[in-house]
Amino acid sequence: MKPPPFVYHRPASVVAALATLAEAGEDGKVLAGGQSLVPLLNMRLTQPGHLVDINRIRELSYVDAGSDAVRVGALTRHAELARHPGVPALLREATGCVAHPAIRNRGTTVGSIVHADPAAELPAVLALLRGSVTLASAAARPGRARPDQEIVRRSVAAADFFLGPLTSAVRPDELAVEAVFPRPAPRSGTAWLELSRRKGDFALCGTGVLVTLDEDRRVTGATGAYTGVGPVPVLVELTEAVAGRPVDAVDWDRAGTLAAGAVAPEDDIHATAAYRRQLVRVLSARAGAAAARMAVADG
Amino acid sequence: MTTKLFGEPIPRREDPRLVAGAGRYLDDIDEPGQLAAAFVRSPHAHASIVDIDVTGALEVDGLVAVYTYEDLAGPLAQPLPLLIPHPSLRAARTPYPLAKDRVRHVGEAVAMVVATDRYLAEDAAQRIRVTYQPLPPVVGLDAASKAGHLVHEDVPDNVSAHLVQEVGDAAAAIAAAPHRLHLELHIERSASMPMEGRGVHARWDETDRSLRVYSSTQTSTSLRFALAAKLDLPVDRVEVVTPDVGGGFGVKIVHPWPEEVLVPWAAIRLRRPVKWAEDRREHFISSAHERGQQHSVDVGFDDDGRLLGLSVKFLHDNGAYTPYGIIVPQVTSTQLPGPYRLGAYRVEFHSLYTNTVQVTPYRGAGRPHGVFVMERTMDAIAAALGLDRTVVRERNFIQPEQMPYDQGLIFQDGRPLVYDSGDYPAALRLAKKLVGWDEFTAVREQARAQGRRVGIGIACYVEGTGVGPYEGAYVRVETTGKVVVATGLTTQGQGHETVFAQIAADQLGVPVENVNVVTGDTRRFAFAVGTFASRAAVMSGNAVAAAAGKVRAKALRIAGEALEVDPADLSIVDGVVSVKGTPQAAIPLASVAVLANPLRYAFDEQAKQATQFAVGGGIHRPPVAEDDEPGLAATGYYSPVRSTFANGVHAAVVETDPETAEIRILRYCVVHDCGRLINPRIVQGQVHGGVAQGVGGALYERIVYDEHGQLLNASYMDFLIPYASEVPAIEIDHLQTPSPLNPLGIKGAGEAGVIPGAAVLAAAIEDAEGIPVHRMPICPSELWELRNADHR
Ligand SMILES: Cc1cc2nc3c(=O)[nH]c(=O)nc-3n(C[C@H](O)[C@H](O)[C@H](O)COP(=O)(O)OP(=O)(O)OC[C@H]3O[C@@H](n4cnc5c(N)ncnc54)[C@H](O)[C@@H]3O)c2cc1C
Repeated sequence: MKPPPFVYHRPASVVAALATLAEAGEDGKVLAGGQSLVPLLNMRLTQPGHLVDINRIRELSYVDAGSDAVRVGALTRHAELARHPGVPALLREATGCVAHPAIRNRGTTVGSIVHADPAAELPAVLALLRGSVTLASAAARPGRARPDQEIVRRSVAAADFFLGPLTSAVRPDELAVEAVFPRPAPRSGTAWLELSRRKGDFALCGTGVLVTLDEDRRVTGATGAYTGVGPVPVLVELTEAVAGRPVDAVDWDRAGTLAAGAVAPEDDIHATAAYRRQLVRVLSARAGAAAARMAVADG
Repeated sequence: MTTKLFGEPIPRREDPRLVAGAGRYLDDIDEPGQLAAAFVRSPHAHASIVDIDVTGALEVDGLVAVYTYEDLAGPLAQPLPLLIPHPSLRAARTPYPLAKDRVRHVGEAVAMVVATDRYLAEDAAQRIRVTYQPLPPVVGLDAASKAGHLVHEDVPDNVSAHLVQEVGDAAAAIAAAPHRLHLELHIERSASMPMEGRGVHARWDETDRSLRVYSSTQTSTSLRFALAAKLDLPVDRVEVVTPDVGGGFGVKIVHPWPEEVLVPWAAIRLRRPVKWAEDRREHFISSAHERGQQHSVDVGFDDDGRLLGLSVKFLHDNGAYTPYGIIVPQVTSTQLPGPYRLGAYRVEFHSLYTNTVQVTPYRGAGRPHGVFVMERTMDAIAAALGLDRTVVRERNFIQPEQMPYDQGLIFQDGRPLVYDSGDYPAALRLAKKLVGWDEFTAVREQARAQGRRVGIGIACYVEGTGVGPYEGAYVRVETTGKVVVATGLTTQGQGHETVFAQIAADQLGVPVENVNVVTGDTRRFAFAVGTFASRAAVMSGNAVAAAAGKVRAKALRIAGEALEVDPADLSIVDGVVSVKGTPQAAIPLASVAVLANPLRYAFDEQAKQATQFAVGGGIHRPPVAEDDEPGLAATGYYSPVRSTFANGVHAAVVETDPETAEIRILRYCVVHDCGRLINPRIVQGQVHGGVAQGVGGALYERIVYDEHGQLLNASYMDFLIPYASEVPAIEIDHLQTPSPLNPLGIKGAGEAGVIPGAAVLAAAIEDAEGIPVHRMPICPSELWELRNADHR
């Protein structure tokens, strides 16, 4: 379990990182917290020729908790995000379920999103909040062989970002510089629940629910986001099962049943597909009720 | 003998070193010029090797050598030894150090690469192209017993061993019994999984023509003999040293491993030190597994639940090879009766080859399976008769006054299975009290009323410990008054440095701080068997006591001469020999050590001081008497007639989630009887670790192969060892029924904690759910599926 040879780059700025990535092309990989990449390297499951370590790029380490959205820089660690006072409950709860303290101290929120593990929490949270990822690359001006100093940015919505297991919309020459988590609308509540075999493991199924009420405390919308039951984070619109009812009269089991029917999990060595469906049912009902309680408190 | 330290829960002396990261493990050993080995391993469960093309590897800078089977010669080209033969083992097969023509499991070593470091060795290994002709793999006991395909061409039914033991006529007893039950009880495959994998470091001294090998092994002395034989070296030119070892749990008692002979062999050929430290994936696919067995049980009993006849047939999956013979199924078959009088008993097993990693003992070694079978049967009898589960057990117990009790079977040591002592009814009474058995019906009903499901289980076991043939120790008092204790037995963190020091310090009347213990180093002690089968404390403990006792006698004799008193009037306290009642007439043990060695040179203060005493037989006798030896030192051995039998009872309370089927252990109680306790703290630690492994085996850990023989969970991500967060608080009570078989009255404690884990948790889950649980381990998904199947 030793990695094959690679060239190691440690740029101090985004511009320098992008230049290296552009040059390396398909043969390059970004190294953030290394919590997913290093095991893959050691098991020789990925064999990039160039590693671009972004840990010296301090400008990428920030949490910007704005009134509309929380913006998280690419070098922000899970632990830093969870500790930040301005972070909404859903983000904090979900991040608290990621792995163990040692891993949260190194692993990055953006790295987790780019890595696009269908069992990971933060991709599902990003999807549920309809967030986006900002990608940067070096501009190549026509007639010049080498990429320019200029940075090109694009923003990719969560819905378009996750393409499959461990596959995201990031191109080899791109660096994900920021994840944007919009704040839920007023009179909203959220909850994150999951079931893992051992504390800190990737969950068999993770469930986030977002519930929104109107001024009369009737449910106007409910959405569930799920990990571990599809190739990418799965969003299920739960509104039809619960909408229009006063929040106290909602039967959240109906939402659970709806969600269970909408997902298509697979068998693996830890659980059958039917059991995972059962978890979607149970966790949706429990998280829905918890999110509704929070929405009541919010409005 | 004073009993000052024996029985005291003194802190582990090894902990400051180990806990602070100052341990030295195999991979910490580095020398200038050292090379690293890596192995090319089979990706197929079953295949013939058509061609090995190494040309790609030759491009790797830093490559030193590539070896395949064709490079091996002499004893090294032969299959590795069969360690424990047995007449029932009719088709024993062991692997070659490097595969010859055939591979029989994923992970079997095909080529060895040596390079200047492990990175480069892996780079080169990756470039070696092996062409295989895949053959149909045999995976699982069903496929193995159908024998549609064969693991070894010349073993036509895939059966390596078949053994029957019978006491009385079980079939007739069952047929005549008023009640009968049939049960199918399965335990799935798991593995020892020490945190530190295997590892070998070898250095050849060309001038001295000697080999030093460090190995992360549970037996250095036997490895030494094996290496001498395999490498054709005089035993005297081979020394084997165990550094700190990060766990063994059975897997490291196997020896010599392919890598253990190949690395020293390469070091000799290349005249450079070579190291191989196994990585986790290698450990999963190339060391050893255990546990997989399917049992078919028929039992006959009377209206009171008394056993009249028990017949158990089982299949044991021994993987691709059988270096350790039939030990695991043999232990299952003989330890299964536990604390009960069985009436008639018949047990029959087939040990079967499959294209999977070989199976060798893992902590518990067949006992967890046997206890699972017996205790599930007890619970089934109780359910059938509507009796309390503990009542059925009580009615079948062997009583203390029936000791010694002969089960009429032959144990794994080839000797009659005779329980030496134990008070099983008392152990059960204590356990019931500890867990609150009699009050639990109310607890269960109260929980039910709140929509919660809780259940309780109990399981009893008897464990043969301290198997022979022998263990030895060397004890020497130095002229500083410090005591050196050396035993050839190895240590993997159990606390031997502490308990052996306690025993020696007591015998010699010295502070425990003055005793230094060395284990597993053939330079210090050459004859030993190894650490397994809960034997270290019993075997080496008694050997240390024997050697220290001899040293004490010699010290008193010499001190008697020096002080001109009868040795019987002397005592040793705090390292000073003095006349009882007249403490001013005294001589330090250090001075006695000087006197014990009639050397003329006075190197230090002790020696100068000692010159004031006169000893020896005068000028007409030789300075060292004919039956004496210089030095205040002695060697002692302990060799018991047979094993000593520890016992215990575990009880657990679990809660299962009605919706998600999550299983939570609310309480875990242990009553444990391992005879006299040398150090209760250390026994407690052994129990804690054992229970953690038992919980792992019951609820988390399993080795999963697909039908092609690919291991699906060869990492700690998917092979779920419980974390501290999954292991419950453990409540312990001890009984101390001394063993009459050894002078210290002790029994083994190393494996006990793990043994009833699957049985007790299955019972508790069954109680919570009201559904029979006949297969372990069990996970939430399986429990949920079991509920659904039960409803259909
Ligand atoms: C034992 C263990 C348990 C874990 N459990 C969980 C869990 O329960 N839930 C969970 O969500 N995660 C879990 N993880 C994964 C952990 O959260 C990782 O930290 C995270 O998935 C990746 O973040 P990283 O910063 O370590 O990324 P790295 O490992 O450095 O990179 C991961 C991948 O993303 C790419 N990448 C990273 N950052 C960027 C960027 N800015 N731009 C472009 N590409 C980038 C890398 O090239 C690489 O392909 C676990 C990890 C371990 C080791």
